[in-house]
Amino acid sequence: MKKTSLLFILSLLAIAASAQQDIQRKLQTQLIEVENNGIVLLPEGTYFLTGTLSMDGKQGVTIRGKGRDKTILNFANQISGAEGIKITNGSNIRLENLTVQNTKGDAIKTQLVDGIHFLQVKTEWTRGANSSNGGYGIYPVQCQRVLIDSCYARGASDAGIYVGQSHHIIVRNSIATENVAGIEIENSLYAEVHNNEAFNNTGGILVFDLPDLIVKKGGFTKLYNNQVYENNHVNFAPKGNIVGKVPPGTGIMVLAANNVDIYENRISNNRTAGTVVVSYYITENPINDSTYYPYPSNIYIHGNVYERKKQRATMKGRMGKLFRFKLRFGKNVPHIIYDGIHDEKAVTPNQLCIQNNQGESFANIDAANGFKKISRDMKGYNCALNIPVTINLQ
Amino acid sequence: MKKGSIILLLLACIFLMSHLQTSRESVTKQKLSEYGFFDGPIAQLKPAAGVIPYELNSSLFSNYAEKIRFMVLPPGKAAVYQAKKPFDLPLGTVLVKNFYYPVDFRQPDKGRYLIETRLLIHEETGWNALPYIWNADQTEAYYDVAGDTRTIGYIDSKGKKRTTHYAIPNKNQCKGCHTNGKEFLPIGISARHLNKTVHSESNSANQLLIWAENGWLKNLPDSGVPANANWEDESSSIDQRARAYLDINCGHCHSVTGPANTSGLYLDMFNQDPTALGIHKTPVAAGRGSGNFSYAIVPGKPEKSILVYRMNTIDPGIAMPELGREQIHKEGVALISEWIKQMKP
Repeated sequence: MKKTSLLFILSLLAIAASAQQDIQRKLQTQLIEVENNGIVLLPEGTYFLTGTLSMDGKQGVTIRGKGRDKTILNFANQISGAEGIKITNGSNIRLENLTVQNTKGDAIKTQLVDGIHFLQVKTEWTRGANSSNGGYGIYPVQCQRVLIDSCYARGASDAGIYVGQSHHIIVRNSIATENVAGIEIENSLYAEVHNNEAFNNTGGILVFDLPDLIVKKGGFTKLYNNQVYENNHVNFAPKGNIVGKVPPGTGIMVLAANNVDIYENRISNNRTAGTVVVSYYITENPINDSTYYPYPSNIYIHGNVYERKKQRATMKGRMGKLFRFKLRFGKNVPHIIYDGIHDEKAVTPNQLCIQNNQGESFANIDAANGFKKISRDMKGYNCALNIPVTINLQ
Repeated sequence: MKKGSIILLLLACIFLMSHLQTSRESVTKQKLSEYGFFDGPIAQLKPAAGVIPYELNSSLFSNYAEKIRFMVLPPGKAAVYQAKKPFDLPLGTVLVKNFYYPVDFRQPDKGRYLIETRLLIHEETGWNALPYIWNADQTEAYYDVAGDTRTIGYIDSKGKKRTTHYAIPNKNQCKGCHTNGKEFLPIGISARHLNKTVHSESNSANQLLIWAENGWLKNLPDSGVPANANWEDESSSIDQRARAYLDINCGHCHSVTGPANTSGLYLDMFNQDPTALGIHKTPVAAGRGSGNFSYAIVPGKPEKSILVYRMNTIDPGIAMPELGREQIHKEGVALISEWIKQMKP
């Protein structure tokens, strides 16, 4: 190539870089200067950003694009900041009609916001599942009154839609695909997850309670009317993360959570288990937190439709080994798997109730005793629970 | 209408619009020089009367930029000592932090290049962060809320030419570090950071004693004032140095009341819980920040500790701390690695 044309390309690149800086500064200035109860309108187009866009301490602000896949914030060239969009210390914030793509870390993180509303928001890593993608797509943490409606999350190396350490939450009408966890509710209170579609994730919908956090005990979660199917994607989470332990082929997983009502979902063709109920011990992680309760309790699974092809579990990961060498279900894999590890000192026993599911099958894998007495008898679990979940978003 | 009057009208519109945009923040000075902090050419940062220079035992790593700090107290007012929290500073106090690169780190007299000056002003409504960015001529710094990214060149302490991105934080990002609970607070103006010997042309003395003698600090106790180590001072123990380093670099976010409390990892000086410090602690929402490792700290094994992994990269999705890290702090990585290596498994 001639020197002059190289120079020309270099100067073009420089212009592109400075244009990116201008957009970055313009949007960031808007997010700082917007008045309370104001609107930041993002026109149609793809914007290349170089760093996190942040908003702090605002009340009643709406950030509105021209539509999912019409207003696209692309962070492929990000050189600073751990998130795409970060919203902190606010109230009644709305994010609408926009897409956030290819962030280096989490796509949209909101922290300490009272009243956060995601509507028609898409978070995506366009190359699809990849362990170098950011951890979370839509990520409210330490928030309350959370509504995630008609959103779409793809490619997160941890969870596509992840609500952590929050309370009063609704996740509905949304799609999660090609994430490690499709939708995850973690250490959170009062959540409703309904009318969503979770497919081709490693695990479809997870409800977890983890140790060593300020909000230790979540619970009162309802999962209903969701389509949870073909969550058989290879687990691409970097090791060390709790979701890295989720076996490929998991539909719904309840880990050490309490008061979870799972009903009227269609749970199909998740190869390893339609629904898994386990204690934190199954992770084989140490528990140093003496105030943490590692057992699931009050879990009610009823009125769901279970379907699966007659095939083996995925046999991948540590859980795969378990299936292969210990559980030996062959092609007759049960839809509902319970690790059987319960609190022997509990005043009221940890309850698991399973009723009226179409196509249901079950195994208690007796994980506490080296999987010696695997039992597929579900007679002892034929009971009902009343799990009150009232959510107030007002 | 004549051409001239159209232009005049346009100019009037532009003036009005720009005036309207800034009127809301009319109290904010647009130029650093308007504060009158410095005597002589402003880039020399020669403090005017009442502008007090100060130093910290261990300071935050900011992409190898050097810093010069000043405190300006309102006339007749003083800071009030607190042992753990930042000192209680009177309304009207201004903290002035200037970021620059020497042209050549081996020869400070070769000059320097100022990039930004961050002010923290204690106002009626709380602390306010005001970022100013220096012009290329080094004659003025201008108020700028949006932050920016610059490319910086310098010669490092080993004589090597360096070129680096330098991300100037935006106004919100200032809050990211300075938020504690619901409060916005200074960080460095704390007993443990300021309790050190400082040297001037005439003598050497304890910085806090100087403050007390000058009436800038009230209620300084005679004894029991905490002091962090200087992480670079090899006469301190590795544990003191590492904890001091983690305290100033990470502890403002990673504490029970800091913004990173979502992780359960507490790296401030006051944390005594080994799990919360990271020892055999599993990550919570680290994503690919875990680097395929299981624990923040594996005693004896820095190469398997997430803490070191995240310090030892500039990938913005992984790097910690999140700001001021367009380069790896090699000396910091070495210190924390050695600390973990010496931990008994």
